[in-house]
Amino acid sequence: MELHNHGQSAVAEAHTHDHHHDEHEHHEDGFIRKYIFSEDHKTIAKQFLILGLMWAFMGGAMSVIFRLQLGFPDFNLEWLRPILGTWINETGKLEQEKYLALVTMHGTIMVFFVLTAGLSGTFSNFLIPLQVGARDMASGFMNMLSFWFFFLASVVMFTSLFLETGPASGGWVIYPPLSALPEAVPGSGAGMTYWLISMALFIVSSLLGGINYITTVINMRTKGLSFARLPLTIWAFFLTAIIGLLSFPVLFAAALLLIFDRSMGTSFFLSDIYIGGKALHHQGGSAILFQHLFWFLGHPEVYIVLLPALGITSEIIATNARKPIFGYRAMVGSMIGIGVLSFIVWAHHMFVTGMNPFLGTIFMLLTLIIAVPSAVKAFNYITTLWKGNIIFTPAMLFSIGLVSLFISGGVTGIVLGNNALDIQLHDTYFVVAHFHLVMGSASFFGMMAGVYHWFPKMFGRMMDDKLGYVHFWLTFIGVYLVFFPMHYIGIAGFPRRYYSFSTFDFGKSYADLNMFISAAAIITFSAQALFAFNFVYSIFRGRLAPLNPWDSNTLEWTTPRVPGHGNWPGAIPTVHRWPYDYSKPDADKDGFTDFIPQHIPFSQTPNSNFEHENDLIAKQEGKKNSGDNEHKHH
Amino acid sequence: MLTVIFGLIGILILGVFLLLFRVQSLVTILRDTDERGGLSNRINGALMLLVPLIGFIVAVYHYPIAAKHFLPEASSIHGKETDSLFWITLTVITLMFLITNAGLFWFAFKYQYKAGRKVVFFADDHKLELIWTAVPAVIMTVLVLYGALVWNRAMMQEPPKDVQVVEVMGKQFAWQVRYPGKDGKLGKYDFRLTNDATGNEFGIDFEDKNSEDDFIPREIHIPVNKPVLLKIRARDVLHSVFMPHFRVKMDAVPGMPTQFMFTPTKTTTDMRSQLGNPNFNYELACTEVCGKGHFAMRYLIVVDDEPDYKKWLAEQKPFLEEKPEFKGKGMKSLRKKNVAANEEIKTKKDI
Ligand code: HEM
Ligand SMILES: [Cu+2]
Ligand SMILES: [Cu+2]
Repeated sequence: MELHNHGQSAVAEAHTHDHHHDEHEHHEDGFIRKYIFSEDHKTIAKQFLILGLMWAFMGGAMSVIFRLQLGFPDFNLEWLRPILGTWINETGKLEQEKYLALVTMHGTIMVFFVLTAGLSGTFSNFLIPLQVGARDMASGFMNMLSFWFFFLASVVMFTSLFLETGPASGGWVIYPPLSALPEAVPGSGAGMTYWLISMALFIVSSLLGGINYITTVINMRTKGLSFARLPLTIWAFFLTAIIGLLSFPVLFAAALLLIFDRSMGTSFFLSDIYIGGKALHHQGGSAILFQHLFWFLGHPEVYIVLLPALGITSEIIATNARKPIFGYRAMVGSMIGIGVLSFIVWAHHMFVTGMNPFLGTIFMLLTLIIAVPSAVKAFNYITTLWKGNIIFTPAMLFSIGLVSLFISGGVTGIVLGNNALDIQLHDTYFVVAHFHLVMGSASFFGMMAGVYHWFPKMFGRMMDDKLGYVHFWLTFIGVYLVFFPMHYIGIAGFPRRYYSFSTFDFGKSYADLNMFISAAAIITFSAQALFAFNFVYSIFRGRLAPLNPWDSNTLEWTTPRVPGHGNWPGAIPTVHRWPYDYSKPDADKDGFTDFIPQHIPFSQTPNSNFEHENDLIAKQEGKKNSGDNEHKHH
Repeated sequence: MLTVIFGLIGILILGVFLLLFRVQSLVTILRDTDERGGLSNRINGALMLLVPLIGFIVAVYHYPIAAKHFLPEASSIHGKETDSLFWITLTVITLMFLITNAGLFWFAFKYQYKAGRKVVFFADDHKLELIWTAVPAVIMTVLVLYGALVWNRAMMQEPPKDVQVVEVMGKQFAWQVRYPGKDGKLGKYDFRLTNDATGNEFGIDFEDKNSEDDFIPREIHIPVNKPVLLKIRARDVLHSVFMPHFRVKMDAVPGMPTQFMFTPTKTTTDMRSQLGNPNFNYELACTEVCGKGHFAMRYLIVVDDEPDYKKWLAEQKPFLEEKPEFKGKGMKSLRKKNVAANEEIKTKKDI
C-alpha cells in the first residue's frame, strides 16, 4: 500500500517491541469469562451486534409474512404451517389476530431490539472506549449486566411467541384498553404480560448501558481529548445515552401503571368499559394519559435509534470523502438541539386523540422547529461531499444511502407534523412510509455502515467489499421500492394495521401496488442473505485487516489488529487535534498523505498547522514533559 | 400472481448463484490489491448517478398511474382547505427532496476518487450555515402559520345552534350510531346500563326524557351543506372514526367523549355522477387498532339533499317504539336493583 500512514505503523511497531503485556494472552480468562460473561466492552459490543442481527432477521421475516398477506391475499400459506402452526387457519390463511401479533412483534423487535440494542448497544460499547482512549467502560461489570438484561428481555419476548394465546397484539405502542384486556384480544393475556416483563428488563439494560456510556465519555477521555475534539460518533452516543436515561424511566412508569391496571384492578388508564357482556368496575382512568407517557419516551426513542446512525455516518462520510466534516460545531449543535427538542414534541402523535386542539397547535409549532436542525445536518453531509475525493467503501455507500433516506423520510415529517394535515394522514400508510424511511431504513443503513466500517477492528478481518456493494445497491433500491409507494397508498387513505383492504370500496384500488411492494420487500429481505454470508464468512475467513484500512484519524485505529483487553498494549495515546484533519493543505510537506491522525502533535506538522494550532504547540510540549504517553514518530 | 412468485424464485436462485460464485472467488484469491479509485469505485460512482436518475424517471412516469387512485377531492369544507395545504406542502417538500438528493448524488458522482484531485479543506462557513438554517426556518414558519389557520378553522369552531348531532359509538367490531330525534338532544348514557343481552347496546339512560325520541339507524344520513357534529365515544377499547372522503378523523375513547364537526359539500348522488361510479358510497372506517376485526369496521354514510334527508328522518322510529320495555329504566332503577341484590347477598350471608 502506497498510501499508508507513517505515524501509524511506527506506533504499532513501537508497541510490539515494548509492550507491557498483552493481557489477552497472558492471564487466561477461560472461555466463559472471555466470550460469555465478558466484561470487555469489545466482546459485549459483539454480543449486542450478533443478538441484534439475529433479531433483525426475525423481525424482517415477520414483515415478509404479513406482506405476503397484504400483497397476495389469496395466496395459500399452508406451507408456513410447520413454522407458524395454528397461526395459519384451516383455509391456509394467516389468522387475523396473529396478523396483529406479527405486526406488533415486528415493530417492537425492530425499534427496541434491533435499532436500540443492536445499533446503539453495539457501537456505543465498541467505539466509546476505543475512540475516547479508555481501556474499557467505566464499569465493565454493569456493562456486562446491560447485555445480559437485554439477553433476558430477548428470551422472554421470544418465549412469548410460543404462548397459546399468542404474543402481544395491540401494536408496538400497546395502547390500553386494548393491551389491558385479554377479552379484547387474546394477545393481551399472557402475551402482554411477557411483553411488559421483557420491556422492563430491556429498560434496565438500556439504563445500565446508558449510565456507563455517559460516565465513560465524561470521565475517561484520554489526555488532550476535549469535548471539542470528540469524534461525532461519540457526541451522538453520548447524547443518545442522555436522552435514553431521561426518557426510558417514563416508559417504565407507564408499563408499571399498566401492570397495576391489568392485575391489581387499579384504574389509571381504564374507564367506562363494557366488554365480553360485562361492565367493568374501572372508572376515572384516562386512556390518553398512557399515550402521553408512552410518547414521552416514544418520540425521543426515534432519536435514540437515529442519532447513533447519524454519528456513525458523520465519521464515515468524512473519512471516505477525505475531507473534514463540514460544520463540526453545527453538527454538534444540531444534535443537542434535536436532543432537547425531542422531549417536547411527543404529542404530535396525538393530534386526533381528542387532546385539546389548542395543544395541538403548540405541538405542531414545536415539531416543525425540529425540522430545522435536521435540515442543517442534511446540508452539512452534502457539503462534506462537495469537492471531496470520495472512496466508495460499502460503509460509505450505506452512509450516503442513509443521508438520502433521512431526507426522503424527513420531508414527509413536515407533512405529518402539521396537525391540519395529520387529521387525514394519521394512522394511514403515509405514516408507515414516513417512519420506515426516516427511522427504520435510515437507522438500519447506519447500522450496516457501522458494521462494514468497524468490522476490521471488531474481528481483525475484512469483509468482502464486492459483496458489500451488491448488498448495498439491492437494499437501497429495494427500500425505496418498498416504502416510496406506501406514500401513495396512504394518500389514498389506507389505514395501517389492516389485515386486508378488500372490505372497503376506497381500499380496493391498489391491489397491484400492494403486490409490487410485497414482491420488493421479499427481494430486499432476501438480499440480506448476502450480508449474512459475508459477515459470517469474513469472521473466520476474511482477509486479515491492515491496521488502519480506511486511513482514518480516530484513536481506535492506533490499536493492534485485534486489540486485547485494555485496548492498547502500551500507554494510551494522547490526543492533539480534532479527528477531521483530512486532506489538510501542506500535509505532504510534513510527511503525511491526506490524513493526520488525532494522536499526532502539532509540533510534528509545522507546515500544515493553522496559525491557532501553532499557538497550541507550546502547550502540548509542556504536557509532554509531564506525561509519559507521548509517542515518537520516525 | 404466479408469475410474480416465479419471478421471485428466479431472483432467489440468481442470488444463490451469485453467492456460490463469490464463495469460489473468496476461497481462491487472497487479494491485496486495495487501490483507491479502482474499477469498483468508478462503477459505484456511476451508479450514484444512474440509480437515482432512473428512479426519478420511473417515479415521474408512474406517478399519474398511481395518482388515479388517490381519493377524490374532499367532500367537506375543511377538507378542501386541508387538501390545498397538503398539495402546497407536498410541492414544497418534493422540491426540497429533489434538490437535496440531486446535490447528494451529483456530488457523490462528481467527486468520486481521482488520484491527485485537490480536496478543498472546507470545514466551516458561517454564512452558508446561517443561510440553510434560516431558509428552512422561514419555510417552516409559513407552513406552521398556514397550518394553524386551517387547523383552527377545522377544529376550534363553536358548533352553531342548529347543528345536526350524530352520536357515533365504536365497539368491537362495528360502529353504532344514534340520533337525537325531534328534540335535537341526545339522551344521557352510562356504561353500566349497557347490556347486549337485553338490547341496550348504547347504555342509554331512559329516565332522561331526552332519550325517548332517540333513534338508532343502520346508516348515517346527513344533510348536505349543513354542519354535522359527531359525538364520538367507544365502549370497550380505542377506535377511531375515519371518513376518508370528508377528511375526518377522531379517536373514540372509552371514558372520554370526543367530537368532530364538519360540513359535507356533496351528496352521495352528486359523487356518483361526478365519479361516473353508480356504486360509490361514502364510508366510515376504523383507524385505531382494536383487535381482530379492526380492518372490517365498515359503516355507510349517505349525504342527502334537504328533501331526501327530511324524508329519511321522517321514516325513522324511536328506539323505545321498538323496545318499549326500556321505558323509564335508567341509573336509578339500576341502583335500586343493585342495592336489592346486595341486600339479598347480605341476608343470605347472615343466615
Ligand atoms: C424488511 C423490511 C421491512 C418491511 C417490509 C416492513 C413492513 C412493515 C409494514 C407493511 C408495516 C405495517 C403493517 C400494518 O400496519 O399492518 C410495518 C410496521 C412497522 N414496522 Fe416495519 N418493515 C420493515 C422493516 C422495519 C424496520 C427496520 C423498522 C425499524 C424501525 C420497522 C418498524 C416498524 C414499526 C415500528 C411498525 C409499526 C408496528 C405497529 O403498527 O405496531 N420496520 N412494517
Ligand atoms: Cu414523534
Ligand atoms: Cu379498529
